[in-house]
Amino acid sequence: MSAVTVTDGAGPPAASPAPADRAQRRAARRWYRQPALMAGIVIIGVILGLAIAAPLLTSYSPIVQNLNATLQGPSAHHLLGTDQLGRDTWTRLLYGLRVDLRIAFIAVLFPFVLGTILGCLAGYFGGWVDVIIMRLVDIVVAFPFYVLVIALVFVLGPGERSIYIAITAIGWVSYARIIRGEILVAKRQDYVLAAQAGGLSSLRIMGRHLLPNVITQAIIYAMSDIVQDILAIVTLGYFGLGVPPPTADLGSMINDGQNFLSTHWQLTTIPGLVVVIVGLGLSLIGDGLADLLRPGQS
Amino acid sequence: MTAVPAGPDRPAGPAASPGPEAPGVPGAPGVPGTAGPLLAARGVSVFFPVGSQLVARLRHEERLLRAVDGVNLEIGRGETLALVGESGSGKSTLALALAGLRPVDHGEIQFDGRVLPASRSRADRRRIQMVFQDPYSSLNPRLTVGGMLRELLRVHHVVPRTEVDSYSEELLSLVGLDTGALSAYPRQFSGGQRQRVAIARALALRPDVLIADEPVSALDVSVQATILNLLRDLQGDLGLTLLLISHNLAVVRHLCDRVAVMYLGRIIEVAPTEQLFSAPRHPYTRGLLAAIPRLTESARDGGAPAIAGDPPSPLRIPSGCRFRTRCPIAQPRCEHDDPALAISPDDPRHLAACHFAFAPVPATSIADRDKEGPP
Amino acid sequence: MSENVLEVRDLHVRIASRRGTVRAVDGVSFEVPRGEAVGLVGESGSGKSMTLRAILGVLPPEAKVTSGQILLDGVDLVTLGSAELNRIRGPRLSMIFQEPMSALNPVMRVGRQIAEGPQVHLGHSRARAAERALELMHRVGIPDPERRFRAYPHEFSGGMRQRVMIAIALSCDPEIILCDEPTTALDVTIQDQILRLLAQLCRESGVSLVFVTHDLPVVAQVCQHIAVMYGGQLVERGDVREVLLDPRHPYTLGLVRSAPDFEYVRESLVPIPGSPPSLITPPAGCRFHPRCAFVEEDCRVTETPLRLLPGGRATACLHHERCREAVAADRARP
Repeated sequence: MSAVTVTDGAGPPAASPAPADRAQRRAARRWYRQPALMAGIVIIGVILGLAIAAPLLTSYSPIVQNLNATLQGPSAHHLLGTDQLGRDTWTRLLYGLRVDLRIAFIAVLFPFVLGTILGCLAGYFGGWVDVIIMRLVDIVVAFPFYVLVIALVFVLGPGERSIYIAITAIGWVSYARIIRGEILVAKRQDYVLAAQAGGLSSLRIMGRHLLPNVITQAIIYAMSDIVQDILAIVTLGYFGLGVPPPTADLGSMINDGQNFLSTHWQLTTIPGLVVVIVGLGLSLIGDGLADLLRPGQS
Repeated sequence: MTAVPAGPDRPAGPAASPGPEAPGVPGAPGVPGTAGPLLAARGVSVFFPVGSQLVARLRHEERLLRAVDGVNLEIGRGETLALVGESGSGKSTLALALAGLRPVDHGEIQFDGRVLPASRSRADRRRIQMVFQDPYSSLNPRLTVGGMLRELLRVHHVVPRTEVDSYSEELLSLVGLDTGALSAYPRQFSGGQRQRVAIARALALRPDVLIADEPVSALDVSVQATILNLLRDLQGDLGLTLLLISHNLAVVRHLCDRVAVMYLGRIIEVAPTEQLFSAPRHPYTRGLLAAIPRLTESARDGGAPAIAGDPPSPLRIPSGCRFRTRCPIAQPRCEHDDPALAISPDDPRHLAACHFAFAPVPATSIADRDKEGPP
Repeated sequence: MSENVLEVRDLHVRIASRRGTVRAVDGVSFEVPRGEAVGLVGESGSGKSMTLRAILGVLPPEAKVTSGQILLDGVDLVTLGSAELNRIRGPRLSMIFQEPMSALNPVMRVGRQIAEGPQVHLGHSRARAAERALELMHRVGIPDPERRFRAYPHEFSGGMRQRVMIAIALSCDPEIILCDEPTTALDVTIQDQILRLLAQLCRESGVSLVFVTHDLPVVAQVCQHIAVMYGGQLVERGDVREVLLDPRHPYTLGLVRSAPDFEYVRESLVPIPGSPPSLITPPAGCRFHPRCAFVEEDCRVTETPLRLLPGGRATACLHHERCREAVAADRARP
């Protein structure tokens, strides 16, 4: 037997519900208390802060070369030294972060939207809509992620636009599956039946009744997806298929630096470390959100 | 398929006065001569495919779960009809089919004499509304009560835009909730209060028929009373036609004019409430009534259970009369002869699907002959 | 051998929660005579399930017995360590639950589950335990037990699964079986079968029952005695017929009146106004007073333990004669 009391106030004709603010305050308190979530937020906050404030934190340009000052170690002038073309590493790091973060955040959005829409249609309507969409999913899933991404970008030519197209074309499937699964369950809930009985259109039911209740799973997944996208972008950059030089980008920095691994290891390692930290921060946020939004919260 | 002795064919339009072959309408309270039932199921069947249909076709079998298997039912305007049965009887599936939330595989649903198409228009949907069993899944957790009502009212243009809020408040007071509830979320309400919200939502579109599927089963006993009283008052005040699905016969007795009993997808008895309770004609109904725990008798005094054995699986419905495997008066005939709903000679409103409903039972029965078995 | 197989004395169970200490069971005492059945009745939040779990020793981690005794044949279960408790529990005390599907192991064959108890607690050999399991399956009315022995729980219907649970509960020949709403999830005809089975087992093998439910007529079917719980406390106790037909506590009266019942077809079902009390800060005085139609000044301040009435009954109500008057008035109405 559940411990929740289900009896109600029946006597006076006007029965009122419990106050809302108490429940909301309780929810807010829990949010602060999640150590994983807070740690992740702090990390990403710092990273974002650095990226946004880049022009304030450095006076150098990330692309201007200075062949007199190549491969210098850390010093008062160059916090982290310079690379083989005399560009300040710290500066390139900050501007590279900007580029990569921006691309990653945008790149996660398109698959999210596309996958959610297709998954919703598949789950709600079933039938041949479901069959077609799921077969598409099967086809995409059959290929390893990186093979497909690299192939697509190669065909489309390097650059931001190609990255978006490639990642969207492949990344939507995970969202579609997640949302479809959630919708299959959610549409059996009585409130959906009630909405159908109420003559509401399918579009309205999907948009107003179903999606708001199932979207949290997709959001949680999106957090880990951003990490994957960042890695993908960095990898593409490493292969020279990312943002074309001379734009600073963590992936190309890692690539460039690997020629000097034995002498100036910081050129490769530091960008690599930054990628790891960003990934860690986002994962922590994802975990924290998953805990917070776990079903079973009343 | 059971053959209900139906009344004269009714086109959409004023019908001839119903004769004794039209169950449900004569004697239904609040029916001043309007002929024709308000809501009717005619030969309705709802199947659930089970397992691979391809394999089934190759093997020439039917892998179907016959949830509702040829049901004829009529509800007169203004009456309260109870649909009673245990799990597997198909009552909830029939309710969903009537409400247009499940497609029917055979037969049709008629509203006021007019056949309702598989995909109902918005106007038709307004006419039949439903209250569900589980108060915890029947309200969208993300919408406030007010939001829920507003949406329905706006989409159907029930009242002019300016009056939506005041109408919503009226609805809430009709079900005994105060206006503060409009801005509250479902999670802030108790089970009984949620059911009231659900009833308010169902009434918002001013339906002609309200189908309540086990509206109080999930609530505590003392709260059930409130909701049942509310339904009864609303039915009286608004002249609602009410279809109440319940497994609890005691609940039904308090609220309903007529009762239809279902078993394994078929209606096996229909009668006015008091008659059903005082003079049930189908052995299953008798067993169902006898099985209800009472304060005065006790299981401790020994005695066999009202109905022995488990209900057969709906995937393998017995041939002939589907109740014969548990029937205390089963005869050889019952194995191949599926009884249709027969009308009682004493009262045209009382029907039962048993060969011996209104005829004497032969002296020995199959059950007597091979008596064995568990309590 | 004492006449009572189980005695619960002044049991207190507290649950630690974020919002404070929940007094889930607050001073409950009752006895279960040998071979008889006691019904523990109340609505959600009354403490009846917690009481049962305390007796069995399976309280959730946040809950603890803070005082009181649970005497099984004179041995206080509260004082026992977990090893000793295990030794006593298996063979002498068992439990059946509301949802057989969650209480049965879905990946273990049914016969084995029934045989497990005797193997573990009574040291039976596998063969002997299997024989016993077959016997039990037959006894609880499972048809074709030889074949069903090797079946899995999901192959059984709800009523059959409940019979399996009863067989498991009987497997070590216990003295007392605790039943937590065993028929609530069953259809009425199956419930009828199971209740008769339980009553028969009680009669034939002398096992006692503590039967928790919210359904009053069900209690009347199986139990000789009834104890009504409200807000973590007992408010009435006595012979089941007497208490249900002649209640002496307004809450019991309210339960009887608000249940759609077969005997009295009332014009209107009378609900109990208000909602159950907070178990963290219960009302002062009589816990039911905020919802009581007969409330008087002393009800708000005086503590209300159970007081004995002539004839072996007990009630916590200070003004229980009002109930008598109300019942008489009910009956007098045409």
